[in-house]
Amino acid sequence: MVELAWLIPLLPLVAAVVIAFLGKRLPGQGDRIGIAAISMAFVLSVGVLVGVMNGGTAAGSVTWAIHGDLVLRMGWEVGGIGAVMLVVVTLVSLMVHVFSLEYMKGDVRYQRYYGVLSLFTFSMLGLVLADNLLLLFIFWELVGLCSFLLIGHWYEDLDNVRAANKAFLTTRVGDVGMFIGIMLLFSQAGSFRFDEIAAAVAAGDVAGWALAAGAILLFAGAVGKSAQFPLHVWLPDAMAGPTPASALIHAATMVAAGVYLVARAFGIFEPSDAAMSVVAWIGAITALFAATIGVVMEDIKRVLAYSTISQLGFMVAALGVGGYTAAMFHLMTHAFFKALLFLASGSVIHATGTQNMHEMGGLFKKLPITGWTWLIGAGALIGIPPLSGFFSKEEILIDAYAANPAIFWVLVAAAALTAFYTTRATYLTFFGAPRDRAAYEKAHEGGMVMTYPLIILGALAAVTGFLAGPFADLVYYGHPHRAEFNTFVFGVATVVWVAGVLLALAIYKFNLVSRRRLIQAFYPIWMLLKRRYYIDDLYNLVFVRGTIGLAMVMAWIDRTIVDGIVNGVAWATRKLSGFIGEFDLGVVDGAVNGIAGAFVVGSRLFRRVQTGLFQSYALVLFLGLVAGLVILVIGG
Amino acid sequence: MSIPLSYPLMLAAALFGIGLYGALSQRNAIRILMGIELMLNAVNINLVAFAYYLEGAAAAGQVFALFIMTVSAAEVALALAIILLLAKREKHIDIEQVNLLRW
Repeated sequence: MVELAWLIPLLPLVAAVVIAFLGKRLPGQGDRIGIAAISMAFVLSVGVLVGVMNGGTAAGSVTWAIHGDLVLRMGWEVGGIGAVMLVVVTLVSLMVHVFSLEYMKGDVRYQRYYGVLSLFTFSMLGLVLADNLLLLFIFWELVGLCSFLLIGHWYEDLDNVRAANKAFLTTRVGDVGMFIGIMLLFSQAGSFRFDEIAAAVAAGDVAGWALAAGAILLFAGAVGKSAQFPLHVWLPDAMAGPTPASALIHAATMVAAGVYLVARAFGIFEPSDAAMSVVAWIGAITALFAATIGVVMEDIKRVLAYSTISQLGFMVAALGVGGYTAAMFHLMTHAFFKALLFLASGSVIHATGTQNMHEMGGLFKKLPITGWTWLIGAGALIGIPPLSGFFSKEEILIDAYAANPAIFWVLVAAAALTAFYTTRATYLTFFGAPRDRAAYEKAHEGGMVMTYPLIILGALAAVTGFLAGPFADLVYYGHPHRAEFNTFVFGVATVVWVAGVLLALAIYKFNLVSRRRLIQAFYPIWMLLKRRYYIDDLYNLVFVRGTIGLAMVMAWIDRTIVDGIVNGVAWATRKLSGFIGEFDLGVVDGAVNGIAGAFVVGSRLFRRVQTGLFQSYALVLFLGLVAGLVILVIGG
Repeated sequence: MSIPLSYPLMLAAALFGIGLYGALSQRNAIRILMGIELMLNAVNINLVAFAYYLEGAAAAGQVFALFIMTVSAAEVALALAIILLLAKREKHIDIEQVNLLRW
């Protein structure tokens, strides 16, 4: 079964092609084709996972290009980390495919939606299976493209188009660095393959500076894709896309690709202390920073988006402190519970038609299945034992505590904020009095295709934490390592999440403190958070306005200087042409005409001689003869 | 007795002058032709006279005179043919009005 892993990405690819070209003629515009393909891919992935757990690995490659001695091969390989990712991606993708059946029903671009969803699944699976940086980069860009297409799904609205462009361009900033990093590592190690680069690094063939620079540049790609500070700005805007697509791409899989990349290339990162510090600190800062913004957001999807950024920061920080297994474990549990939260929010949005939490409230009674599954997801996100998020977050905190206490405390603060904003979102959405009566009255639970994925993901979010043991045996770097239970860490984590939940309940449920008073008291901070630390404004000012300003300066230079030069040259050329024309007309033509004229005049003169009367010729002849004779006689 | 060389030469010069005058002054093609013939004959007289008076040049002078007579006969035949065609075409043989070959 493991040898068939290469088939897994091809199934959604076939589905994408079929939907793209035949979708219009198929029942349901091809949605069932996509679901069938992804179902088969999921079954295969489970088979591959079982095979890998029994010690199997597989790889394959084809020759891509030969350049002198260099043979470039493109291949796939599946090991522990790959097998887990395959299952996570196909499972979440399947849930999203099914959920979308109802959520996207009657959409203007239903066919395109399913086509892109399948294409995305193909790209993501290809990314997971790629055995070298170059192929990974290709799929990396493909998932970025699919993300772009899905964010801009409703492209009639200019805001969605802007969000899609923002996502595409922001991630591209990181990707440029990543590509430079890939080439730098290639120039040093002579290979794109993960294992060969890692071997070259281990053998000391890669210079220290090149290793650190290569790793940090690679990480730049991860920063873009996983929406880490300072390239996080695109992810909240990416919520403009359909909610199930957000669940798949912007919560569970694509944004985790950055984490996966660092994990996959851990042999490049781990030996470089500088790179590891950068990774750890970027992750920790992002985790805390995004969590603080999540506290003040009003849009339910934006809360989840900042939460995703924050959780990805946890994973990145875990990788930075060497917590390879912990990071990947959190990636898996997060994929399930965050996809669940997104789908649940999709269910809520579907029911109420709004994304603003201040227009919701009390929906628990109306949407019991959504409410319960949301509670599981939220609990997992907060890290309430024994839900899955508790185990994975605990592992991260333990690893961080052991490696770097500073990172640990930053993450603890982020965890406290996570508990706070999650409770806030939960309470505002599902509890309290309904604030929009009309929306509340017509809200009702979706059909089976919407609730079943929620239930399945809810079950997974609840129980995957118990798989920590087998997971640690499967996904590790170097040798299997599982974080030892640490009472201190457990105590701190418990205290902060309980404190966060209680604080949120105190404010939002019991109204112990007036929210208005709080906002007034902390107005500068509140405004800072509300404006997302002014980073979007800063980027808008520096990059967007800056680019426009630069373009204007360039346009001015173009118009005045470049055009001036061109026009000047044109003017000079014209003048010169005029002069040459004069010269041509006057001198050259004059010479020609003069010669011609001379001939005309001469001809006129001499033609008189040509009387045509032979007698006059004969007379001349005779006179000439006489003259000749006279000369002869006199001279002789 | 012998006639001095100057006599035939003077005769020849007179004949040549008459011929030249005829050839240059007349407008009738036939007359011009006659003038040319006179000039040719003046030359013949010169040749024969010199042949007679100069030792060693006798044969060459007489042969040359015979050649000229032959050639002039041929020339006259050709010229008369041209004049005949001209007369047919233009209904006259006034040489001054014939400019067919003029530029």
